[in-house]
Amino acid sequence: MRIENASRRDFFKASAGLTLALYLPSALAAKRPAAVAPPLAPNAFVRIGTDDRVTVIAKHLEMGQGTYTGLSTLVAEELDAAWSQIHVEAAPADASRYNNLFFGPTQATGGSTSMANSFLQMRQAGATARAMLVSAAAELWQVKPATITIRQGIVMHAPSGRQARFGELVEAAAKLPVPTDIKLKEPKDFVFIGKHVPRKDSQAKINGSAIYTQDIHLPGMLTAVVAHPPRFGAKVKSFDATRAKAIKGVVDVIQIPTGVAVLGTNFWSAKKGRDALEVSWDETDAFRLSTSDITQQYKALLDQPGVTAKKVGAGETALKAATQQLTADYSLPYLAHATMEPMNCVIRLSDTHCEVWNGEQAQSTDQPKIAAALGLQPEQVTINMLYAGGSFGRRSNTQSDYPLEAAYIAKAIRKVGQPAVVKLVWTREDDMRAGYYRPKFMHRITAGLDTEGKLVAWQQRIVGQSILVGTALEGFIKDGIDMTSVEGAANLPYATANLDVELHTPVLGVPVLWWRSVGSTHAAFAIESFVDELAHAVKQDPITFRRQLLKEHPRHLGVIDLAMRASGWDKPLAPGKADEKRGRGFAVHESFNSYVANVAEVTVKPDGSFKIDRVVCAVDCGIAVNPDVVRAQMEGGIGFGLSAALHSEITLNEGRVEQSNFGDYPALRINEMPHIEVHIVPSAAPPTGVGEPGTPVVAPAVANALFSATGQRLRQLPFKLNAVEKST
Amino acid sequence: MLKLNINGQNRSLDVEPDTPLLWALRDELHLTGTKYGCGIAACGACTVLLNGAPARACVTPVSAVVGQRITTIEGLATTKTESKTAKAVQAAWEKLDVVQCGYCQSGQIMSAVALLATNPKPTDADIDAAMAGNICRCATYHRIRAAIHDASRTLT
Repeated sequence: MRIENASRRDFFKASAGLTLALYLPSALAAKRPAAVAPPLAPNAFVRIGTDDRVTVIAKHLEMGQGTYTGLSTLVAEELDAAWSQIHVEAAPADASRYNNLFFGPTQATGGSTSMANSFLQMRQAGATARAMLVSAAAELWQVKPATITIRQGIVMHAPSGRQARFGELVEAAAKLPVPTDIKLKEPKDFVFIGKHVPRKDSQAKINGSAIYTQDIHLPGMLTAVVAHPPRFGAKVKSFDATRAKAIKGVVDVIQIPTGVAVLGTNFWSAKKGRDALEVSWDETDAFRLSTSDITQQYKALLDQPGVTAKKVGAGETALKAATQQLTADYSLPYLAHATMEPMNCVIRLSDTHCEVWNGEQAQSTDQPKIAAALGLQPEQVTINMLYAGGSFGRRSNTQSDYPLEAAYIAKAIRKVGQPAVVKLVWTREDDMRAGYYRPKFMHRITAGLDTEGKLVAWQQRIVGQSILVGTALEGFIKDGIDMTSVEGAANLPYATANLDVELHTPVLGVPVLWWRSVGSTHAAFAIESFVDELAHAVKQDPITFRRQLLKEHPRHLGVIDLAMRASGWDKPLAPGKADEKRGRGFAVHESFNSYVANVAEVTVKPDGSFKIDRVVCAVDCGIAVNPDVVRAQMEGGIGFGLSAALHSEITLNEGRVEQSNFGDYPALRINEMPHIEVHIVPSAAPPTGVGEPGTPVVAPAVANALFSATGQRLRQLPFKLNAVEKST
Repeated sequence: MLKLNINGQNRSLDVEPDTPLLWALRDELHLTGTKYGCGIAACGACTVLLNGAPARACVTPVSAVVGQRITTIEGLATTKTESKTAKAVQAAWEKLDVVQCGYCQSGQIMSAVALLATNPKPTDADIDAAMAGNICRCATYHRIRAAIHDASRTLT
């Protein structure tokens, strides 16, 4: 069950291992600005000032998932602070202090690990500061520490009625040794964990003051817009900048390894300059296949045995003996992340130093890569982690594509003794055509059922590009298996004595990357659709069918039962209007150690148009530190999954990406958003992640609902539903 | 020099007349709350109010808005005409913690304020129709709907 997650952690460990030889964290630590007042700073995560302000230093990127709120909750809990006195500051790039504990020596945000890896670390950070405040008060008041309590940021000695604010104690507390023997609270004493607190980033994001990379303006800054090749793998042959340079505001036009950059005094001049630029491309090594070619290749591979990812029992024999055998193919396209903020990066480069502003998801990847590109040491590169306008995996790229592009430009325009300051801006079109897509995947599943409808064999053949091939993480492909390609399938939870999972990993020139929930984005659709097909084949209720195959999986059963109860699965679905058909579908999936079940209800019109009326979601993520953030991530994950289910598809025409913007790559809009109810399984287990696990379940739940309504089985994303006959 | 009325103030700008209002706001005036998302009026992240009505700043040349009353997210809560609705909307957004990544939210809020200004008691269908031009990739739509209803209750 944990294989895929453990593997991903190992990938990151290895990724960092490649860079750590060059890493000098102490030099970075020395660069931290000195505080104005002598505050209490017992560790890398908490500072308390004489003004009572508690600063939580967040090692994780806030990209919408709520981690600034989550990390603050953990500190506030053990510190017994008032929520209003907690402020969040982004950590610098320094893996010696801010590494992701699940990724070894690597500083990065991803894999839905922020809360899980920080749960004890941030609580300890808060508890340490608390103990020092208590000791300081005890000395000041000449009382025993055990008689002191803290509530809402007020330190109190009840017997004498004395009390003090944090700010009044920090100078004395700072002189005390940092305690190492810290006791954390018992869950029964939690006042923040599991309760509602407002998000720490709400206000700034509501009044327009939140700063994203796109919003950075520095003295002397130029804006760069880059002409990229029209096909992956093409290079600049030559270019004519005459017309571009004639545009008012265009300052320079330069060739860089990834294309030709036009630099302007502002975005509009640079963009007009880029539009006027004439580039001739060398497409000798360019990727020229069309989507139809790739589909044909993948279909052919589905007919051939692949590399074994999992083998239990004797599937072929069991299939032959089975009473019933079913086979189905599922197909999922390339997908762009299409974050609301297109990729961009600001760099200020001097002779000896590079400063980066970025919605930074992978410091330990980007810092050494940028340094190497500039001929600097990693410690000469500082990174300002800003809010990210979405990521969904895009900003954690082993190739550091857009930060490197910004570095190339800064390097090319820098003059000795004068810093180069550049903001690289990708237009929406640049962003959508830059690659690093969720890989296109096809699955073929064959299963055998016995006379009682029991699952006697499951064979799954998977075809799709590897995210790891050609990257620093390639070493983690073991025996031809990239675990991110087979996760969800190789660890199939459904009980069967015979399980075969095979993988084909075609190598194509389309850059691919993780996309919110990674392998589960395709595995869950194939598996949960197919299980529904099996249930219908044996004429069983899809939930009853699943329950008997998941007897050994109590946490799957927990979300199944909760979703079932909350959705009213035992009652018939209310009928629609006379000419409408209604249906209800179910799916359940574990990813990143979190368990999610969805019940989707749909209404279909005679012309095949349909509406997803309601999605009931049950989630088990261990202790829900911030239940409202958990609900928000489920709501958002479902919406993100629905974009893929209903609309999203990147296609290629002789190597050219056919989509460019939200017109031809539509995203889910508010009128398509179902009513969503989220229910959280009460749990005392350590918290797991919620950023990704909400996404993979909804597409199969909706496909199963559409089947229930119409009898049409949709095995391809995005859905294309045919017109249905009128109800009688 | 172009003279624009932005958030109740007259501002002079030395930009090319074809510059979209979005880039004039962002690059020249450093009013960065108005966001770039698509450049083709398809996502709504750049929504501002022109004389109280929502407009996509990414396809609106500055030359076309001379003499008009331009409101951005920065001025929304202090501008005479919109402040009451804006405060109710922003309070509802905060109460329900609508935001996630937040990048689209300025535009969402501008559209919501414009909706409530003309339709103080919108139905779900009214909200869907008025807000369908604003994409949120975090899909905070569920809470946007709830927050608009909440603001409506405050205002009526």
